[in-house]
Amino acid sequence: MEPKETHAITLNVNDTNYQIQILPWVSLLDVLREELHLTGTKKGCDHGQCGACTVLVDGKRILSCLTLAVMKDGSAITTIEGVADGENLHPIQKAFIEHDAFQCGYCTPGQICSAIGMLKEGKAQTREEVQELMSGNLCRCGANRGIINAIMEVKEGGCHE
Amino acid sequence: MTKLPQIGKPISRLEGRLKVTGSAKYAGEYEAEDLLYGYVVNSTITKGKITVIDTTEAKTLEGVIEIFTHENKPSTAWFDFQYADMDAPPGTVFKPLKDNDIKYNGQPIALVVAATFEMARYAATKIKLAYTEEKFETNLQSNLHKARDTKKGLASMLKPPPPKPTGDFEEAYQNSFVQSSGEFKHGTEHHNPMEMFATTVIYEGKDQLKIYDKTQGTINSQMYVANVFGLKMKNVQVIAPFVGGAFGSGLRPQYQLFMAVMASLKLKRNVRVTLDRAQMYTFGHRPPTVQFTKFGAEKNGKVNAIYHKAIGETSQFEDYVEIVVNWANMLYPAENTLLEHQVVPLDVYSPLDMRAPGGSTGMHAIEITMDDLAYKLNIDPLELRLINYSEKDKSSDKEYSSKELRNCYLEGAKKFGWSNRNPEPRSMKRGNKLVGYGMATGIWDANRLLARVQAIMTSDGKVAIKSAVTDIGTGTQTIMTQIAADELGLRLEDITFLYADSKMPFAPIQGGSFTTATVGPAVKAACKALNEKLFRKAKHLKNAVLSEMKFEDVIFSEGFIIVKNNPETKISIAEIFAANGGKEIKTTNTSMPNPLRYGKKARAVHSAVFVEVEVDEELGIIEVKRAVTAVAAGKIINPKTAESQILGGMIWGISKTLHEETITDHNFGKYMNPNLAEYHIPVHADIQDLNVIFVEENDTFVNDLGVKGVGEIGVVGMPPAIANAIFHATGKRINDLPIHFDKLL
Repeated sequence: MEPKETHAITLNVNDTNYQIQILPWVSLLDVLREELHLTGTKKGCDHGQCGACTVLVDGKRILSCLTLAVMKDGSAITTIEGVADGENLHPIQKAFIEHDAFQCGYCTPGQICSAIGMLKEGKAQTREEVQELMSGNLCRCGANRGIINAIMEVKEGGCHE
Repeated sequence: MTKLPQIGKPISRLEGRLKVTGSAKYAGEYEAEDLLYGYVVNSTITKGKITVIDTTEAKTLEGVIEIFTHENKPSTAWFDFQYADMDAPPGTVFKPLKDNDIKYNGQPIALVVAATFEMARYAATKIKLAYTEEKFETNLQSNLHKARDTKKGLASMLKPPPPKPTGDFEEAYQNSFVQSSGEFKHGTEHHNPMEMFATTVIYEGKDQLKIYDKTQGTINSQMYVANVFGLKMKNVQVIAPFVGGAFGSGLRPQYQLFMAVMASLKLKRNVRVTLDRAQMYTFGHRPPTVQFTKFGAEKNGKVNAIYHKAIGETSQFEDYVEIVVNWANMLYPAENTLLEHQVVPLDVYSPLDMRAPGGSTGMHAIEITMDDLAYKLNIDPLELRLINYSEKDKSSDKEYSSKELRNCYLEGAKKFGWSNRNPEPRSMKRGNKLVGYGMATGIWDANRLLARVQAIMTSDGKVAIKSAVTDIGTGTQTIMTQIAADELGLRLEDITFLYADSKMPFAPIQGGSFTTATVGPAVKAACKALNEKLFRKAKHLKNAVLSEMKFEDVIFSEGFIIVKNNPETKISIAEIFAANGGKEIKTTNTSMPNPLRYGKKARAVHSAVFVEVEVDEELGIIEVKRAVTAVAAGKIINPKTAESQILGGMIWGISKTLHEETITDHNFGKYMNPNLAEYHIPVHADIQDLNVIFVEENDTFVNDLGVKGVGEIGVVGMPPAIANAIFHATGKRINDLPIHFDKLL
């Protein structure tokens, strides 16, 4: 079952179109990191257990490690590299720095993409609900309080898109 | 006018922007021309011999370049000592692919190198393997009778064996007014940093390597590679500016480093080896440990007899040691003590320092025993600690360089509302939840080692500070910049802290809460030396404004040398550089504690921890509703990053007590939950109201900055405080960790 046949797909990542030839067994995460060199999206488990690989596909947060790249042919993908508006950081990014919402920084891109997707979903109203709906993103440094504080500030400040 | 000090300010991390934009690059993320990918194959048996390792079919797959096994491993160093690293315990270091001998389950036995990660991983499944299996032992509980004393080695310097017995423990204990004894257990735990171990080796020409490694010590990895592969130190550069968590796992060079370097040297290619999450459970862990305590106290609450014994797991090849039983007598000045630490060698990989190694284990037993004593004495648990308060470390009979633990107790108790506690177990309720308040003490060593730092000022007045030290998420880059800014009288923007490169001046591995106290004073010393150089040059300027002055007569502020008593008189740094022909001015300095003086006092950081839990009476579900940790850790350079260290430690404490455990199936000698779905750590929903107080502590002894360390102290008091709160809520003493709901049903 050695899949030798490559497929031509188009991924729109952070407003840039990439035409790539890819074997069907390659995950979206590995395409981003190894083919497009967008290493901001992290691999923490490769099994959909940690959330470090979270990206936004057509506005929704997904786990890029559980997604084959060929499944997202034609999709618009936003990774952590595309979250800021040029030099201007996204409010969530600013709040993360201000609230010291990371230590090692490895889960951070996933937390930020997940937070943006979560706010857009509009389901979480209270702090507890935000905590619950962010619980798919693990942080081993224990920056949890800062992460939730940062998200709550943006949510309550109403500056999210 | 002098610049406002940066030390003590809650500066946001200087690398924050890189981390929130995905620009921070970790070891497995560096691009390289025609990069090859290595995938490691691990043993599926626990003990025995490989009889067949057939790579024929795997090698025929398109894109597979080479497969390394013990049968074709390139030659590496012969002697054991050449494999030893800065954190190696006494014994014989494990050598990957040395021979066909299997020492533990998950042992790396082959490396597949291919053009893509996917092909390397696929080819690994096509290797044909056969083993002969031998009988093995992985169960600490059923092998306690094999416990023996530990071998001594270099590592014993930072991890001293238990102090010798004092007084007559048995007699004192038997004659005590009250006695408390307990048996305490915890299982295996794994560090599980979010970033998986990775090494990218750039082959820069014959015997010359640039290595991006996940490590807590660039020079540690450099030394290992140079020794093992017979390379010159100067030809091996190890770089690790961003480390995606480590918690001790990066204190030793791990096998992906060996594998990637081996492949790169042999193939003369750029190679990356990244471990997967299951492989993160194949190179070191917190050892399962059994502890026994017996404390005796007089009627007035004074503890007069302390027995504390720990038996920890180790491997068959190294004697891993941690400090488990030394703490009780450092805190409580009993006259009669018996402290013992032993190990049981089993067929596992060597344990490895994991955040608050030993301390979090020992304090769990000590502080639960103290809580039990308090109940037997009918004395408030906090009051019992105050009754046994000591300004001295009784075990070494030395005064503490500083100890503001009393204020930790008092300020922590006030903030928490300890006085609202009804001491009776099961007396406090909230709806159908039992509420419990528990407290405990924390203690950790305040150590300082040797470090070198270089300071370079360029003609624009900006300064580069260089050290090989890493920043594993602790905020090291930020606080070193703050320290330099204050010493040089410059703004943060004028300082660049260059770090995490083995080509830079020596720093030890980053661990043990000693980095700030080791590298910080070295940064200060280098900056002071730089100022002295500037001052000497200023004295020789033509206008000779400072010629009669001494160094003590001036201050350095915003690019000027200013006379203290006459601020109008000053020399600009620009003038000095003009006279110096614009050449950079630099200095490299070694900094270490005074060996004659340093050992004369006991040095420690302390904490007092207060926890409220809710326990669902029917379901046994436990929640930490709030916790307050009051810490005395000397001068706090950056309250923002330091608070994050303590919060992280507290969450580690919650995790250790209520969540995490690596479960072994001893029939197979194999870990059963090597993944992040089944190895539970707290998620956002588990973390509620956590508070940190830094108690003022002025210490002029520990080092010039008065800093101790905050990496470990957040963890140590949490497990007993939570367990004590659970006792208060439910009346049940649970001494085995983790405490899951089933233990309360």
